[in-house]
Amino acid sequence: MTVKVLDSVDISVAKGEFVSVIGKSGCGKSTLLYILSTMDTDFEGTLRIDGNDMRNLKDKQLASVRNDKIGFVFQFHYLLNEFSVIRNVMLPGLKLGKLKESDLEQKAYEKLKILGIETEARKKPNQISGGQKQRVAIARALINDPLLIMGDEPTGNLDKMNGEIVFDIFQELAQVYNQSLLIVTHDIDFANRTHRTIEMEDGRVL
Amino acid sequence: MNKLIVSISISLMIARLKQTLVAAIGVTFSITMFIALLSFMAGLNDLLDNLILNRTPHVRLYNEILPSKNQPVDIAKGTGSAYNFIRSIKPKNQPIEIRNSAAVIRALESDPRVLGVAPKTTVPVFYNVGMISLTGVVSGIDVDAETRLFTFSDYVVEGRPTDLKTVPNSIVLGIGAAEKMIAKIGDVVQVTNSTGQQFPLKVVGIFQSGIQDVDKVQSYASISTTQKLMGKSASYITDIQVKLHNLETAPKLAKEWSALFDVDAIDIQTANSQFETGSSVRTLISYAVGITLLIVAGFGIYNILNMMIYEKMDSIAILKATGFSGSDVNKVFIYIALSIGIFGGTLGLLCGLGGTYFISQIPFSTASLPTVKTYPVNYNPIFYVIGGVFSIVTTYLAGYFPSKKASKIDPVEIIRGK
Ligand SMILES: Nc1ncnc2c1ncn2[C@@H]1O[C@H](COP(=O)(O)OP(=O)(O)OP(=O)(O)O)[C@@H](O)[C@H]1O
Ligand SMILES: [Mg+2]
Repeated sequence: MTVKVLDSVDISVAKGEFVSVIGKSGCGKSTLLYILSTMDTDFEGTLRIDGNDMRNLKDKQLASVRNDKIGFVFQFHYLLNEFSVIRNVMLPGLKLGKLKESDLEQKAYEKLKILGIETEARKKPNQISGGQKQRVAIARALINDPLLIMGDEPTGNLDKMNGEIVFDIFQELAQVYNQSLLIVTHDIDFANRTHRTIEMEDGRVL
Repeated sequence: MNKLIVSISISLMIARLKQTLVAAIGVTFSITMFIALLSFMAGLNDLLDNLILNRTPHVRLYNEILPSKNQPVDIAKGTGSAYNFIRSIKPKNQPIEIRNSAAVIRALESDPRVLGVAPKTTVPVFYNVGMISLTGVVSGIDVDAETRLFTFSDYVVEGRPTDLKTVPNSIVLGIGAAEKMIAKIGDVVQVTNSTGQQFPLKVVGIFQSGIQDVDKVQSYASISTTQKLMGKSASYITDIQVKLHNLETAPKLAKEWSALFDVDAIDIQTANSQFETGSSVRTLISYAVGITLLIVAGFGIYNILNMMIYEKMDSIAILKATGFSGSDVNKVFIYIALSIGIFGGTLGLLCGLGGTYFISQIPFSTASLPTVKTYPVNYNPIFYVIGGVFSIVTTYLAGYFPSKKASKIDPVEIIRGK
């Protein structure tokens, strides 16, 4: 059975842009992000990342696009408890294999520093707080210097204060590091402080 | 091999160390059993085969008493309107001795394919126990050749086999025959030949073949003593036993010599075909049991992998979301399966070796096997090769489907499910 979730969606995100997506629950925000991140391939139309068409790419090629060009932050942190915090951050970088392991570790350490949790680097994910976990997940999304970071309610599981911290980090990334961001949120205050807000309703962009 | 994938596999195994070890021990156990069982069975096969084969000539030349295959009437038949009704044709009186035996032996000894030649003269006799006569067979042998080629001296459990050469009119009695005659070494026993003549023979040894029916009738003497029993000349030889360098050539050479020397020749394969069958059935059973054990161990691995994958759905999803492809995930679990197989298998091979050694130390003595003191085993390296290969193949197969399932996990489905 096929369900039409999105319809006539036509959006683009420019380099260095901080975009938020809002809309009622069930309007298709997550679905949009999954499609844009190449994880969901059940769609009609075109998806271009960095000018390249993503249709007709093989599973392996899509995986390498995700690895190289996209960073994803979910509502849940999805850290691997078997690895230390810094190793979790390094994993996508190890997969990319562009840097030597020692250099990559240095880079991961710097990313953790940007997020203010470098002191937790050697701990296991189950030994740090929920807010810290989410910041580790952001560091992981940053490790390969992606073109675009997507977030699906990344602050949804956090209290007000931790949510603020994460939001400030996103803003700093956009301003200081010229990072492009596309963040789904339910928080109108949050959305108002981004460069641009995309509002959705019933699978359409308003 | 990819270092990153290996390190992910290792950390997953460490996270589930207990189950991983249990799965590996399953493989270890089955490989151990496989090796020990096959080694023991092969040892037993060797023992049983040697019981017969070591003492059987590879080719035996003799004269069969048979009516001539080319009857004159067959040659005459030509018109097609005649039919041969003649039944119960009798063989003509021809001696069972091998003609010109000395020359045949010399020719065989100079043949490079021949390991050794042992002449033999077999005489049917009666052992006299008071008024009773027991049927028996005395084989006249060349003790040295018989010992060298057919380990004769191993089966002489009392006395010295070489005394047959030095003591005139001496005999080595089968243990069953000796018991019936209550004969000990140094005693003189009476033996009657087929024409009714009685001969006193001095017992110099007791012989035990391990086959009771043989030990009740069979005795050994020197060739000249046997010739005397028969009242024949020194050239009278009924059998020429040949041992070859290569056992496999026996059927071919038997045919060749049969034609060349105009005698009957039988090769060891034809004479003992039933032993081959017994051995192969035993081997087959061992393999079947070993492989069944391995398959059971394979299911253990299949279970642990399925469980791991179920538990690590989230991890698999995030690996895929951050750029690991399906084949990377597939490899992670294949490596886990293979690690279990290689670790468990190697340990199993070592334990199998230990187990085999242990079996070889268990005392095992039976009256019918005088040379055997412990359980027989065979350290054939091929069992270890097969065990190793099988442990890897089964674990790979056990890992194949779970790994495939893991590689097909859709991260969107998992992430949505949260
Ligand atoms: N597996 C599925 N099968 C059928 N319909 C689905 C499936 N997944 C999502 N949908 C439908 O797609 C629509 C959009 O879902 P989506 O998760 O994108 O919403 P959302 O905007 O992210 O909502 P929320 O804000 O609650 O996270 C929903 O109305 C849902 O019914
Ligand atoms: Mg959603």
